[in-house]
Amino acid sequence: MDRLYDMVAQEPLLAALYALVGLAILFGGILGFAAVRYKVEGDPIVDQIDELLPQTQCGQCGHPGCRPYAEAIANGEAINHCPPGGQDTIDALANLLGVESIPLDAEHGEESDVATVAYIREDECIGCTKCIQACPVDAILGAAKLMHTVIADECTGCDLCVEPCPVDCIDMIPVTTTIDTWSWQRPGLIATDRQGEVA
Amino acid sequence: MTADQATKIASITIHEPVIHKTPGGIHPPDNKQQSLQRGLGIAPLPEKLVLPLNQHSGAPATPIVAVGDTVLKGQKIAEPSGSVSAAVHAPTSGTVTAIGLHPVAHPSGMNAPCITIESDGKEQWCQRNPVSNFTSQSPQTLLASIRDAGIAGLGGAGFPSHIKLSAADNGQAIDTLIINATECEPYITADDQLMRSYPQQVVTGIQILAHILGQPQRILIGIEDNKPQACDALQPHLQSTGIQLAKFPTKYPSGGEKQLIQILTGKELPNGRLPADMGIVCQNIGTVHAIYRAIVEGTPLISRITTITGDACAEPQNLETLIGTPMRHLLEHCGYQAQAGQPVVMGGPMMGFALTDLDAPAIKTTNCLLAPSTAEMPPQPPAQPCIRCGLCAEACPANLLPQQLLWHAQARNHQRLQSHNLFDCIECGACAYVCPSHIPLVQHYRAAKAELRQAARERIKSDRARERFEYNKQRKQQAEAEKAAKREARRIAAEQAKATLAKTHAQQEQTPTEQASDVVQAALQQVAAKQASPEQQRAKLERSVNSAESRLQRLEKKLAEGQAESSDAPLSEEQVSGYQAQIESARLKLTETQQKLKEFNNGQQTNLEDKVTAKVLASPKQTADKKVASLQKRLTGIEEKLAACDDDDLRQALENSASKFRSKLQDAQQEASALAANSGNDKPVTDPATVAATQQALAANKQKAPLTPQQQVERLQQRMQKAEERLATLSDPVQIDALQTSLANLQQKLADAQRALENP
Repeated sequence: MDRLYDMVAQEPLLAALYALVGLAILFGGILGFAAVRYKVEGDPIVDQIDELLPQTQCGQCGHPGCRPYAEAIANGEAINHCPPGGQDTIDALANLLGVESIPLDAEHGEESDVATVAYIREDECIGCTKCIQACPVDAILGAAKLMHTVIADECTGCDLCVEPCPVDCIDMIPVTTTIDTWSWQRPGLIATDRQGEVA
Repeated sequence: MTADQATKIASITIHEPVIHKTPGGIHPPDNKQQSLQRGLGIAPLPEKLVLPLNQHSGAPATPIVAVGDTVLKGQKIAEPSGSVSAAVHAPTSGTVTAIGLHPVAHPSGMNAPCITIESDGKEQWCQRNPVSNFTSQSPQTLLASIRDAGIAGLGGAGFPSHIKLSAADNGQAIDTLIINATECEPYITADDQLMRSYPQQVVTGIQILAHILGQPQRILIGIEDNKPQACDALQPHLQSTGIQLAKFPTKYPSGGEKQLIQILTGKELPNGRLPADMGIVCQNIGTVHAIYRAIVEGTPLISRITTITGDACAEPQNLETLIGTPMRHLLEHCGYQAQAGQPVVMGGPMMGFALTDLDAPAIKTTNCLLAPSTAEMPPQPPAQPCIRCGLCAEACPANLLPQQLLWHAQARNHQRLQSHNLFDCIECGACAYVCPSHIPLVQHYRAAKAELRQAARERIKSDRARERFEYNKQRKQQAEAEKAAKREARRIAAEQAKATLAKTHAQQEQTPTEQASDVVQAALQQVAAKQASPEQQRAKLERSVNSAESRLQRLEKKLAEGQAESSDAPLSEEQVSGYQAQIESARLKLTETQQKLKEFNNGQQTNLEDKVTAKVLASPKQTADKKVASLQKRLTGIEEKLAACDDDDLRQALENSASKFRSKLQDAQQEASALAANSGNDKPVTDPATVAATQQALAANKQKAPLTPQQQVERLQQRMQKAEERLATLSDPVQIDALQTSLANLQQKLADAQRALENP
């Protein structure tokens, strides 16, 4: 102990150096341990982005599904390539990624207010299974040479089944509001806001 | 009733129920007197009753009747589907005329599936099963009866009652039963009227509930102090029942389940919890009466008391209404005069909604029809900006921050809306009532709630879509991998097959190659054997020349014969030309073969052998021809000499020799022509002796050729020896001379050979 005090007293520079090096090694060790022990698996930002995307799996963004687009966004692709998600999704993505919100890129399609669902005119279906193969979410039921039908609850309205149909028997019909899915609408703008809008 | 229970009840009745204070609330004019002036009326039987399949919260009921069926009053016409559902019964006897969409009382104004019954006016009841002594029945039986009777909360929410009441049956300890007789909303007096008209039935109903719930310690009837007559009517029937009447000051909205529980117990229902979790069951008093009817009278829920009020009605009153009676029918009975632009509201002025179609029927939850005049309910003034006055926060019974919720609702900030507990809003409308800016706050909250619910639905759907997409992708990848594996397997199999094939080939090829080489060699040998020595080749060539010649001659002869006038069968011109063509081709062939022969001869070393063969094997005709040719040549030479000669003696000698030659030539020509005429026999020499001699000579010649110098020397020495031996035996001097010359020659040759041997 006395020798330590002596060293500190006689060689303050050296003592300080020893102390700092010692601390550096200690904290380096702690950080290294933490990096291994608390390692985060995977890329959580991709999951977070994927969470915000509408999971239509329509491919309008140019990627084969929502997750690939989420990965592309994580790698720096623009956030405005998702027409089914629309401006809401872009805003949410901008909020998540801390970037400026931008309008939807019209090149990839336009945002539609009306949700649609595929409908097979069953009398005309020839049972070719092409739409079944095209469906990204396995929402079409049927077998070869047997009539197919869309499981409306699982259909994301991605349109991908319409094009392959050789007899054009698939329609994209708007999802109708029933008494069960009806909801209250927000009230109109208040008077002063309306005036502001006009002016 | 046991002594214990009696003491317990007595001890409870001693203490007046404690009334707790609740936050917020408003005091709008209650306007309840108008509808209480005429007592309880009975709505006349309409011609047509419309029964929506979904009058409750939960799944719609499933129809069990068909169009055209005759139904009796109280007959079940739709079964509950699933647990959270309620049955529907025919309110009167009649015929089912339609099962399909019909306008219903819904804020959306949409149509919903309904069963339409045309009444026959007989009011003929179906078989009922009244229970005289409910205490003898098990709670389960009673619950089943309640479920069967299609009873749903009559207060407004329409929650199937048997579910709420089966809490004790499910093992939850229920210590408090609260009967909601608050009826806090202005204008509505249905429950007030009910208590005034049927106090005994209501109390019995409460006792049935208590029995079902296992006799809770506390049974409270929560009632606002603006209903003294109802209290007075009930009080006598409550003696020694253990049921307490809890009166509390009027305040809107005390009638909310959560608010009432808080008022009567002081406990605040936590977010997302049910009253049963806290040992409390709360039932509307109208529901209690319906349960009484279902159990004691055996009557399903086919009617209820509805308040028809508002200044647009001449005779506002409470009506005993059959479920399914069209609103218009009820209003007309009360002298309703439609006012332009004024809606008819189902429910109270605070929480009700405007009806879009008065053909919509009254349902189980229709407690009030409010037809207000313009003065009574003026149109909502235009909304102004929020001034952050905070009145809404003071009025809120749920301790929420309505103005914050408004901001977040407008900004669609779902996260903040949830963190501000939007879903705890009971949509009572107190905030909007107090708002000085007339902001339709409740509508904002309803829309925001709908958006949140929609977002939640979409999230669930998108999660499912993601799951399905991932599965789809995985399946496709798997299929692809399987395909690739199969392809790889096929490739490997093909390669193996190829390798095996190559191996067997290699094995086979070694043998066959050997065989093949053998074959080739054999063939080559055959060819070599066939391809004969130059002599044979020449012989072949000569044969072909000969055959060509003979053919030519034959043809010429035929032609000549044919052309001869004496011929028996003179040739036609065609035949002649055909012969001539044949002759021409034969001639060509002859020249060709001769050419070939010549070439062969040139190519070959013309040695003795050939000469001999040629000479020996030459045909007689050839020999004759040659002879003729040489004789002619010589004759021509003699004649030339004769022409050039001027010496008489010499001319004479020449003429002699010329005539000799001419005669010789004539002979030769004759011989040749004879031979030509006899061309059929014109064959090479085949005399065996000649051939043998020739061959011997050839063999000798052959042997001679490859002799080594040593052999040559030996041979020569042998020959010399023979020659010397012969010389010794000879006696003829000429022969001796000749032998000696040849011997000298041989000696010379021998010397040469020896020299060659010594100096190779």
